[in-house]
Amino acid sequence: MLQVAKLECRRGDRLLFCGLDFQIEAGTLLHVRGRNGSGKTTLLRTLCGLFTQDSGEVRWKGESIRTLAEDFRRDLLYLGHLNGIKGDLTGVENLRLAATLDGDRVGRDALWAALGRLGLAGFEDLPTRMLSQGQKKRVALARLILSRAPLWVLDEPFTALDLDAVDLLQGLIAGHVAAGGLTVLTTHQAVPLTSGQARHLDLGA
Amino acid sequence: MFTVFWSVLHRDLLLAMRRRTDVLTTLFFFVIVVSLFPLGVGTERAVLRVLGPGVVWVAALLASMLALERLFAADYEDGTLEQLLLTDQPLVLLTLAKVTAHWLLTGLPLVLIAPLVGMQYHLTDSSVAVMMLSLLLGTPVLSLIGAIGAALTLGLRGGGILLALLILPLYIPVLVYGAGAVTVGAASLGEAQPYLTLLAAFLVAALALAPLACAAALRISIE
Repeated sequence: MLQVAKLECRRGDRLLFCGLDFQIEAGTLLHVRGRNGSGKTTLLRTLCGLFTQDSGEVRWKGESIRTLAEDFRRDLLYLGHLNGIKGDLTGVENLRLAATLDGDRVGRDALWAALGRLGLAGFEDLPTRMLSQGQKKRVALARLILSRAPLWVLDEPFTALDLDAVDLLQGLIAGHVAAGGLTVLTTHQAVPLTSGQARHLDLGA
Repeated sequence: MFTVFWSVLHRDLLLAMRRRTDVLTTLFFFVIVVSLFPLGVGTERAVLRVLGPGVVWVAALLASMLALERLFAADYEDGTLEQLLLTDQPLVLLTLAKVTAHWLLTGLPLVLIAPLVGMQYHLTDSSVAVMMLSLLLGTPVLSLIGAIGAALTLGLRGGGILLALLILPLYIPVLVYGAGAVTVGAASLGEAQPYLTLLAAFLVAALALAPLACAAALRISIE
């Protein structure tokens, strides 16, 4: 489904990686590993189309993501280093907006349930700037529960999370992969899968 | 599609309501700049009438620019901008929603306060009416053009001053015809009609082209 062909990325004058080839099918978890500065984030941003590669191509279902444009973005959910939530809005408002932008019509109950499942019960109505780092991350991760996108691209999703939240996120990812979804992530955490296959990609090795 | 336009617009208005100082700063800046001129050049009625239209329009230009820097910067810093870029909705529409919110918060208040400002310059009733009309047509153009500059200078160090250098020259046509309309409109509303029509033409052109340019600039800036 997701195919990368002869991908080459540079940041300024520095070559991050070149000749990168891989292909992942439905029901796969791709774990991108590498030292700090080896280009993990750049690779993930390139997969999303946020960063333009110097050469090579990223294809989704056989077509370049540049040509697919909005059709590709509909199938994609990206969570980066930045949480992408507004500090002045409450958890519910943030989540509702994210769901609307993803094209989902989500009822009030579903929003509260998603936040509740991430252990944010009682914090739904607070501006997110009052929350701790880990709680902000949880608000951002609540999108995973509502999302119907088959491709998840997660950049260091486990940072700032406590053990319970790590368990929960591992469960969400395993469930997504088991249901035939694709997940590409960078992390230093192991993600045990219930079904589907896990693959590794080492950058800068 | 309109749900998305509306929800982005609603979000930006809601954020502004929770942080009112940003909106009020622009408005007070406008009022103060306009009020400084009578203090500086004296209260001669004839002089103020000549100066009025130009001063009000220059102040409107500066006030509108003042708020531009924050148009995309806040979204850029907390990552919501990259999420906007990754939705399956046309980015042009989302940009237009953000610019509309920006105009409602910084342009529209200037239009509404114009009569008060006009009084300081002894402007005639028809001048004030023309001034409101010209600001109503002109300030959205300022927001639209300014948004391109804001998108281009996003994430740059010293972006604020660069934004001013980039955008102010592009504001010149709006300034010329906006202030011109008020000057010729002193006698009657009808005299100002060609100027206002031209401003309306600017607005239509900017509405059609600026969101496209702005969306392209955002994609470049986010890399």
